Amino acid sequence: MKVVLQNLTKKFPNRNKKEPGEVIAVNDFTFEIPDGKLIGLLGPSGCGKSTTLNLICGLQKPTSGKIFFGDDDVTGLPPENRGVGLVFQNYALYPHLTVRQNIVFPLENLKGKDKLTKEQMNEKALEIAKLVQIDHLMDRKPSELSGGQQQRVAIARALVKMPRVLLLDEPLSNLDARLRLQTREEIKRIQKETGITTVFVTHDQDEAMSISDMIVVMKDGVVQQIGQPQEVYDNPVNLFVAKFLGTPPIGVYHGTVSGEKLLIDGTCVLDVPGAPDGEVYAAIRPEGYILRDDGPLCCRMSNVEVMGRDISIVSTHPACENTAIRSIISAENRVADDAETVRFALKPAKVYLFDRTTEARIPFAAD
Amino acid sequence: MDQQNRKGWLYLIPAILFLGIFMVYPLIDVFIYSVEEGYNSASQTYAGVGGYNYGYVLRDPYFLQALKNTFILVIITVPLSTGIALLISVGLSSIEKLRHLYQTVYFLPYVTNTLAVGLVFMILFKKTAYSDGLVNLIITMFGGTAVDFIDGPYWAKMFVLCFYTIWVVMPFKILILTSALSSVNQDYYNAARIDGTPKWRIFTKITLPMISPMLFYLIITGFIGAFKAYSDAVALFGTNLNAAEMNTIVGYVYDMLYGDSGGYPSYASAAAIILFAIVLTITVINLLVSRKHVHY
Amino acid sequence: MNNHLDYEKIEKRAAAKKRVLNGVVYTLLTLWGLMVLFPFYWMVLTSVKSYGSYNAEYIPKFFTLTPTLQNYADAFTAVPLAQYFLNTILFTVVTTAIMLVVIIPAAFAFARLQFRGKDLVFTLFLSLMMIPNELVIITNYVTITNLDLRNTFMGLILPSVASVFYIYLLKENFAQIPDELYWAAKVDGTSDWKYLWKVMIPICRPTLITITILKVIECWNSYVWPRLVTDDPAYYLVSNGIQEIRENGFGRENIPAMMAAVVVISVPLVVLFLIFRKKIMEGVARGGTKG
Repeated sequence: MKVVLQNLTKKFPNRNKKEPGEVIAVNDFTFEIPDGKLIGLLGPSGCGKSTTLNLICGLQKPTSGKIFFGDDDVTGLPPENRGVGLVFQNYALYPHLTVRQNIVFPLENLKGKDKLTKEQMNEKALEIAKLVQIDHLMDRKPSELSGGQQQRVAIARALVKMPRVLLLDEPLSNLDARLRLQTREEIKRIQKETGITTVFVTHDQDEAMSISDMIVVMKDGVVQQIGQPQEVYDNPVNLFVAKFLGTPPIGVYHGTVSGEKLLIDGTCVLDVPGAPDGEVYAAIRPEGYILRDDGPLCCRMSNVEVMGRDISIVSTHPACENTAIRSIISAENRVADDAETVRFALKPAKVYLFDRTTEARIPFAAD
Repeated sequence: MDQQNRKGWLYLIPAILFLGIFMVYPLIDVFIYSVEEGYNSASQTYAGVGGYNYGYVLRDPYFLQALKNTFILVIITVPLSTGIALLISVGLSSIEKLRHLYQTVYFLPYVTNTLAVGLVFMILFKKTAYSDGLVNLIITMFGGTAVDFIDGPYWAKMFVLCFYTIWVVMPFKILILTSALSSVNQDYYNAARIDGTPKWRIFTKITLPMISPMLFYLIITGFIGAFKAYSDAVALFGTNLNAAEMNTIVGYVYDMLYGDSGGYPSYASAAAIILFAIVLTITVINLLVSRKHVHY
Repeated sequence: MNNHLDYEKIEKRAAAKKRVLNGVVYTLLTLWGLMVLFPFYWMVLTSVKSYGSYNAEYIPKFFTLTPTLQNYADAFTAVPLAQYFLNTILFTVVTTAIMLVVIIPAAFAFARLQFRGKDLVFTLFLSLMMIPNELVIITNYVTITNLDLRNTFMGLILPSVASVFYIYLLKENFAQIPDELYWAAKVDGTSDWKYLWKVMIPICRPTLITITILKVIECWNSYVWPRLVTDDPAYYLVSNGIQEIRENGFGRENIPAMMAAVVVISVPLVVLFLIFRKKIMEGVARGGTKG
C-alpha cells in the first residue's frame, strides 16, 4: 500500500500565554511513500516527525493537506478505520494482560464478516509470535519480559491484524546499545518478510541510515531532504543535513571561494571549478582527509585515536566551527604522536560548500 | 551515639505524649470499659467483669435499629456513590473545555460544614404547615403526592439520609477517580483506538483494570466511612436520632456516652467495639476479594 | 470510486457519534454540577428573603426581588453567632498551631535522626492510623470529664491535636530531601535544630501549607468531640452552634435567619478553598478522607 502525503500541515495553538500564536509542527509536507518500503523519518527532537506519524495513523487531524492510502483519501478518517499498526516508543503493552492476550486484543475488535473464532485468533497470534520469535513467551505478563522482548510483543500486536501501514515511533530508543543493533536488523527482516509499508521515526541517524530504504530528514516541521540513505549522505542539500548525518560529525570551516578556489584561513585548500566567489561554509567529511606532508590544510594536532582498522586523528583548526576535527585515516598510515601540526589534502567528493547565509548547497564540479 | 539516641526521643516526646494520652491509653481502656459490668461513672466503681455489656447492647432495640439503619445506609450509598463517581470521573476525563470549572464545583461539598449544609437539605425536603418544600413541589408537579421526608415515613427519611450522604462523599471519590484516570498512560488508549477497540471495550478491558487499585481503595474507605455515618444524620434529623428512628451505630455510641441516655461508658465501649469488629471484618473481606480481582 | 463515498460516510458517522456523545457527557456533568450548586444557591437565596415573604411562599420562589440583609443582622444579634465564630477561630488556630509544633519534630526525628527503637516506634505510629476515632473518644470523654476540663478550650483542643497521618505525610516529604544537604550542613557545623528550621521546613513549605489547610478544614467542621465536651453555649463551635440554632434559636420557623447563619459559617471555608484550590485538592488526593 503506497502512502501519499499531500501538502500536509499541522499547526498547534501556542501554549505560551504571553505570546499567543501558532506553532507549526509540520509544514507543507508532500511525499509519496512507495509500496512495501521501509521509510525512516529522521530529525532532532521537536522537528515534527512524531506529529507526522500521528497524522498518518489518525491520532491527530491535519490543519490542511491530505493523506491517501493507495487511492483512498483517509484524511478525515478516525484511526480505527485506517487499518494501521502503531508501535509506541514505550510499547504501551497492557500490563494486566498476558503476551497472548495483548497480541489477540486487536483481533477481538473485528466485527461482522471479519470476525474470527477463538481458534483462528490464537492461530494468527502464534503465527505472528513466531515471526518475531516470542512464541515461547505467550503466557507471560509484559512486566516479566526484557525490553527487547516487550518490543517484539509490541511489534507483534501491531502486525497481527495485517495493517496496510506499519508505523514505529522511536522503536529502539528504550533499548540498550547492543539490543538496539540486534533489534534493528530484526525490524528490517520482519518488514521484508511481511512486505508491509513501514514508516519509522527516529532521532538516531545511524539507525535510520542502516535499515531504511529511504530517509526523510526534517527540521522545524519542514522536510529538508528525501532520498536513499547513501544518496542523502553523499549529497546533502544543505548544511543542516550535512551536519545531521554521519559519525564522526562533519567538520565545518569558514571559508571563501575566490577564482574557483576554496580558501580556508587564507590558504587555498581545493580547486572548486564552477563555484561562484563568496563567503562559504566548507564542510569536510571525516573520510575526506588525505594525510600528506605537503597537504594544504594545516591543523593543530591534539591526539590520535586508534580504532583498529582505521585511526582517527583529532586536531583543531582556527577556521573550523567544531571544537575537534576528526579525520579517519587508514591505519596503514603512521602519525608521529608528538607532532605539533598535521597536514591534509582533501578528497573533492567529500567536501561540500554551502552558502554562508542561506546554508544551501553550492555545487561545484568535483572532477 | 547515646546522645544521638536521647536527641531522637526528645524530638518525639510531644507526639508520643499526645498520642499516648489521647490514642493509645484510650484504645486499651475502651476494651476494659467494655467488660466492666455495672460501671458507675460517678463513683468510678464496677461490679464485676464479663460480657454483660455486649449482651445488653445487642438486645437494646435502639442499637438494633441503629445497626439496621447503618447497614441499609452502607449497602445503598457505597455502591451508588462509587458508581456515580466513576461515571462522572470518566465523563470529566473525556472533556477538555470547562474541565477545571466542573472539578472545582464538584469538590465544593468537601469543604463545607456537614451540619450547616444539612440544614439546607432539611428545608429542601421538609414539609411544613406553611410549605410543602421544594422537593415535594417537584414531586407533585410530576403527579406524585407530597411526603414529609424529615418527619415522615421511615423510607422517606432513609432516602434523604442516603441522598445527603452520597452528596457529601462524592467530592472525595470524584477527586480520587479523576486523578487515577489521568494517571493512565494515554498511549494505552491510542493503541486501543488504532486497533479499532469499541469505547465500551476500552473501558472494561483497559480503563477499569488500570484504575482497579484506586477503585478498591475507594470501596474500602467508602465502607469504613459509611459505617461511621453520624453527623449527616444529625444534620438532617436533629440530635435526637433515636426518636427519629434514624440513629446510626456511632450515634448510638455517643448517645450512650452523653445525651439523652446519659453516661454509660461501658455500653458505649461495647457498641464501639462491635462497630470496630464489623468494620474490620468488612475490610478484610474487601481485601481478600481485591487480591483476586485487582491488577497492581 | 465507490470506496470514497464509503469513507466519507464513515467519517461523517464518526463525527456525528462524537458530537452526540459529547452532548450527553456535558449534559450529565452539568446536571451533577447543578445538583452540587443548588443547595448553595438555595441557602443564599433563602438567607436574603425576608421572614415574612419566606413564610408567605407556599410554593417557594426561585428568586427574590426584594433581597434583605436583615437576616444577617438577626443571625448576629438574636443568637451568639459571633461568639461561636470566635470560638471556632480560636479553636482552629490553637489546635493547628499545637499540631504543627508536635508533628514537625516528630517527622524530623523519623526522617533524619538515627536512634535506637526508631523503626519499632514508627511502625507503632503507623498502626495507630487504623484506629477509628470512635474507639478512643469514649475514654477521652471520661478523661476530660475527670480532669474537669469540660466546657474549656483545653478540653476542646488537647484531644484534637494528635494526628498520625500528618506526621506520616510530613515524614515522607522530609525523607525526599537528599542526604547530601544534611551532610553538607553538618560539615558546616549546622546543628540539627537549625538544619530543621533553615533547610527542611523551607523546602517542605508546600506540604506544610497543605497539612495546615487540611487541619483547618477538619477543625472548622468538627462536630462530634465539641458536642461531647461542651454543653455551655459560651464554648460552642460553629457546628454545635448551628445545631443549637436549629433546635432552640430564632424560634424554629425562622428559616431565613437560620440560612443566613449557615451562609456565614460556610463562607470562610469556601473562600479558603477558592484561594488554595490546587493545594487542597492535591492534599486530599494524597490520602485525606472526609474527617
